[in-house]
Amino acid sequence: MKFSEQWLRDWVSPQLATQALADQITMAGLEVDAVEPVAAAFEGVMVAEVVSREQHPDADKLNVCRVDDGSGEPVQVVCGAPNVAVGQKVAFARVGAVLPGDFRIRKAKLRGVDSRGMICSASELGLEEETSHGILELPGDAPTGESFRAFMGLDDHTIEVDLTPNRGDCLSVKGMAREVGVLNRLAVEGPEIVAVAPTHGETFPVRVEDEERCPRYIGRLIKGVDVGAETPLWMVERLRRSGIRAIDPVVDVTNYVMLELGQPLHAFDRANLHGAVIVRLAREGERLVLLDGQEITLTDATLVIADERGPLAIAGVMGGEHSGVSPATRDIFLEAAFFSPLAVAGQARHYGLHTDASHRFERGVDPQLAREAAERATRLLLEITGGEPGPLIEAVSAEQLPGERRVRLRASRLEQALGKALPSAEVGEILERLGMAVETSAEGWVARAPSWRFDIAIEEDLVEEVARIHGYNRLPVRRPAARLSLRPDHEARTPLGRLRRQMVARGYQEAVTYSFVSPELQQALLPRVVSPVLANPISSDLSVMRASLFPGLVRALMHNLNRQQTRVRLFETGLVFRGELDALQQTPMLGGLVCGTREPEGWAGGRDRVDFFDLKGDLESLLAMGGEPEAWRFEPGEHSALHPGQCARLLYRGEEAGWIGTLHPAVRAQLGLKVDALLFEVRLDALTQGRVPSFSPLSRHPEVRRDLAFLVDESLPVQALLDSIHGQAGEWLTESRLFDVYQGQGVPEGRKSIALGLTWQHPSRTLNDDEINQLVDAIVADARQHLGAELRG
Amino acid sequence: MDHLPTLVTEARHAIQAADSIPALEELRVRYLGKKGEITALLKGLGKLPAEERPAAGERINQAKQALAEELEGRRHALEKTALEARLAAERIDVTLPGRGQPSGGLHPVTLTLERIEGLFTRIGYDVAVGPEIEDDYHNFEALNIPAHHPARGMADTFYFDATRLLRTHTSPVQVRTMKEQAPPIRIVCPGRVYRSDSDLTHTPMFNQVEGLLVDEDVSFADLKGTIEDFLHAFFERDDLSVRFRPSYFPFTEPSAEVDIQCVMCGGEGCRVCSHSGWLEVMGCGMVHPEVFRHSGIDAERYKGFAFGMGAERLAMLRYGVNDLRLFFDNDLRFLRQFA
Repeated sequence: MKFSEQWLRDWVSPQLATQALADQITMAGLEVDAVEPVAAAFEGVMVAEVVSREQHPDADKLNVCRVDDGSGEPVQVVCGAPNVAVGQKVAFARVGAVLPGDFRIRKAKLRGVDSRGMICSASELGLEEETSHGILELPGDAPTGESFRAFMGLDDHTIEVDLTPNRGDCLSVKGMAREVGVLNRLAVEGPEIVAVAPTHGETFPVRVEDEERCPRYIGRLIKGVDVGAETPLWMVERLRRSGIRAIDPVVDVTNYVMLELGQPLHAFDRANLHGAVIVRLAREGERLVLLDGQEITLTDATLVIADERGPLAIAGVMGGEHSGVSPATRDIFLEAAFFSPLAVAGQARHYGLHTDASHRFERGVDPQLAREAAERATRLLLEITGGEPGPLIEAVSAEQLPGERRVRLRASRLEQALGKALPSAEVGEILERLGMAVETSAEGWVARAPSWRFDIAIEEDLVEEVARIHGYNRLPVRRPAARLSLRPDHEARTPLGRLRRQMVARGYQEAVTYSFVSPELQQALLPRVVSPVLANPISSDLSVMRASLFPGLVRALMHNLNRQQTRVRLFETGLVFRGELDALQQTPMLGGLVCGTREPEGWAGGRDRVDFFDLKGDLESLLAMGGEPEAWRFEPGEHSALHPGQCARLLYRGEEAGWIGTLHPAVRAQLGLKVDALLFEVRLDALTQGRVPSFSPLSRHPEVRRDLAFLVDESLPVQALLDSIHGQAGEWLTESRLFDVYQGQGVPEGRKSIALGLTWQHPSRTLNDDEINQLVDAIVADARQHLGAELRG
Repeated sequence: MDHLPTLVTEARHAIQAADSIPALEELRVRYLGKKGEITALLKGLGKLPAEERPAAGERINQAKQALAEELEGRRHALEKTALEARLAAERIDVTLPGRGQPSGGLHPVTLTLERIEGLFTRIGYDVAVGPEIEDDYHNFEALNIPAHHPARGMADTFYFDATRLLRTHTSPVQVRTMKEQAPPIRIVCPGRVYRSDSDLTHTPMFNQVEGLLVDEDVSFADLKGTIEDFLHAFFERDDLSVRFRPSYFPFTEPSAEVDIQCVMCGGEGCRVCSHSGWLEVMGCGMVHPEVFRHSGIDAERYKGFAFGMGAERLAMLRYGVNDLRLFFDNDLRFLRQFA
């Protein structure tokens, strides 16, 4: 909310400079977002009177005026504004004046006529954004010769407060003043509001059909208003300083009273009301054209103000176009109501609206305020537009109005909550200053919340108020005490931090990419995978939840390639989202991507491009961290994003746990990537599992090593041969090293040679050649029989 | 016998002239070997009269000894020269860069999250995590934000359908933890959160760390102490001014925003702190009894406090990053600065 400092100070004026006042308000929990001067800097502008006006001899659109600025002889000025008139009070910039934008007023000659000064428009003084209708006209009683700044009170500030949703009571000058009064222990005084005596007895029938949503409805018929009257400058200025543009006197008055007291008001054109004003829920499908011109279809959850022909306004949100005040309006029906917060909550948003009225009603408007506000608005309207007020009519349901809220505050509880016992007198005084009726009891206090404080309902609310007014920063500081108890720690688990650091050690930079990705990118990589789609994405580029870490990593790759970063090694950890919402899996994964050369450009080689086995080595280094590499297996697999011949499915204890491979060339082409990239991702729950190390004694007996080379079909996965060998090699095999894979001269077409070094060692004795020969024979026989492998000579 | 001095002189010259270990070895054999010239003289002693033998033997042995030393000395000298030559030949340019894979680095958000987690876990907090696609109940209802509560407008929520959404804060983890675990509870919950907001100072996703402590006899004073200690430790500045400003969160009461003296200008006022000298860094408060009620914890017996902060914001202040969006571009030139 924005308001003028001077306006506030009319109600309560502590001895504090502007910034100190703003700081005080901020520290009371009403955060001041901005303090801005209400007018740009200018000087040398006076209140003056136009004493003569003659047509310029050589220019149709110019007038030669003489202006009395109180300095003695009237001054001659050439003025082009159409609305300049004799007897008018104006803002006059003398020669030497400096206007906003550092515009200096000098003696001038306009078409041969001397001009000494300038009669200003509102925009030239920075009081209005656009140039409207000529010069600014001041009220007739403006004192000639006074500084215009002083006369307008322009040495004022607009204070903008970012109020939290619980403090709807501060959405008015009155509310802010109340708070400032509490903080400074000052009395708060607003304009005197007395009931307006009706000058006729005519009313308009009001029927409240939903008393729960509208416990109070006050209306008044004011006949014969002059909607064409000018809103007085002081009101226009206060509205402007509160961020609201003047429109017409009726709207201006309703806005003014809302800003002043916090009560939203609405004025209907009596001529467009038929039968009665009815407060009811809308019927599903009823239509209404709003003030802003848009037509909406109402739902039956929406409270409306209707007449016998249909809805006129959304209660507490916005009026309708048809029933509103127009230049033709003669008689108005003024509404001041209390709509319960729940009746308005969510309604504005449902129609995509947010208005000053809905903002206030959703947070809670003082249910006792409507009558006062109606009287205040009537008085102001009569002063500006004239008219004949009728009697106030009120439909009220006492039992539906918010009840009295009596809240207890136990001294022991307060002390425990704040870590300090506050003097009892101070607590009682703070609560009273806040407008509560306070009784003391044996255990503490019972406070009756004032009608405007919707947020006071439970003991903690009072604790907060006492703490807030006492000052958070005056409360003690302590450290929590706790029992030192050890918690279990699972050594077999590899913490995520260690996995991350392993990736870092392997040369990867960690990425953090958005969890929502472009559907096109995800479709290109994972065409068959379902993942949740946002109903209200921020852009279509970020509208579907990632089903894999691949889209984000690929996007990050493209970002870097576009910036001449040709060697990219990235990894990321985070959730991926798969399945329909009702069978959703949110799975933590670790993924990596490499592209470019094996090592950075350098003098010592490493310029080959990374390949599958580089990436696999990095991945295996992660898998090894759990201490059970044998739990993991790679098998040839097919993945939509990966090259079918360079892709492996990763199994952990026989279950799928991840994928690794080269980005599919077709996908690459589709994405416009000119270079190869390799990717992997693995389920984190599998990666973090492992086992606690378990010692086996070191054998004192010699190892025996045999090197074997097999010829196998070139399509045979090495893993199959290893499985076969391990199946036959017996329990004393301690190591098998695959040291050569060869195709070429000496190896028949379609075959490959695989060479392994097998090492055996017995824990408690020396193995003899016969034993080893038997094992080797078994290995060779099994490989021949099941895999068609021949031992190479 | 008489040519012994000549022999020794000649041998000495030969030894000094030898320029390699093999040449030296040849000389050793020639003079001191089994068939060497000195050895021959020793063998010839028997031909001398008995009374001359001791003196002659001594002279020959002295000569032998002298030549052995000469040989050894020359060997050392040659070895030293050879070693020096080899060392000179093997000299490399040690200023050339090393070979192999240079290490990468962690993302600054991870560095920040780990740092925050570390500070709290070291004094007995556990790390708790939860799902990112949440339901209305855990993200709002259980945190005392019923439907249509104006506070729902405080954070623009990404929805999937009427009840499922992307969590707007990590607070649902609090609720889940309190439902599963009896007090005392001390947790920090790091993780991604989402708000439908994107401009210079907002990204639709960011990281938050939330803390929760529930125990008997926990007060606002404990909260203040914890937050102050944390901020001093995080910024490594014991003299950093911290202030608590009343605020409102539906799930805590009393609630506070926490400001620190601007770490960029030291409180003088600068662009980063909008010339106020203060930076808002986190929100906190005492757990609202309604939240306890939803979580099945007796609000009369237990009290608690909770706090929450944005990791990117703290990372920006800590590392001087001036553009939030850099965190999610994953530009290597940015990421490498945090290695």
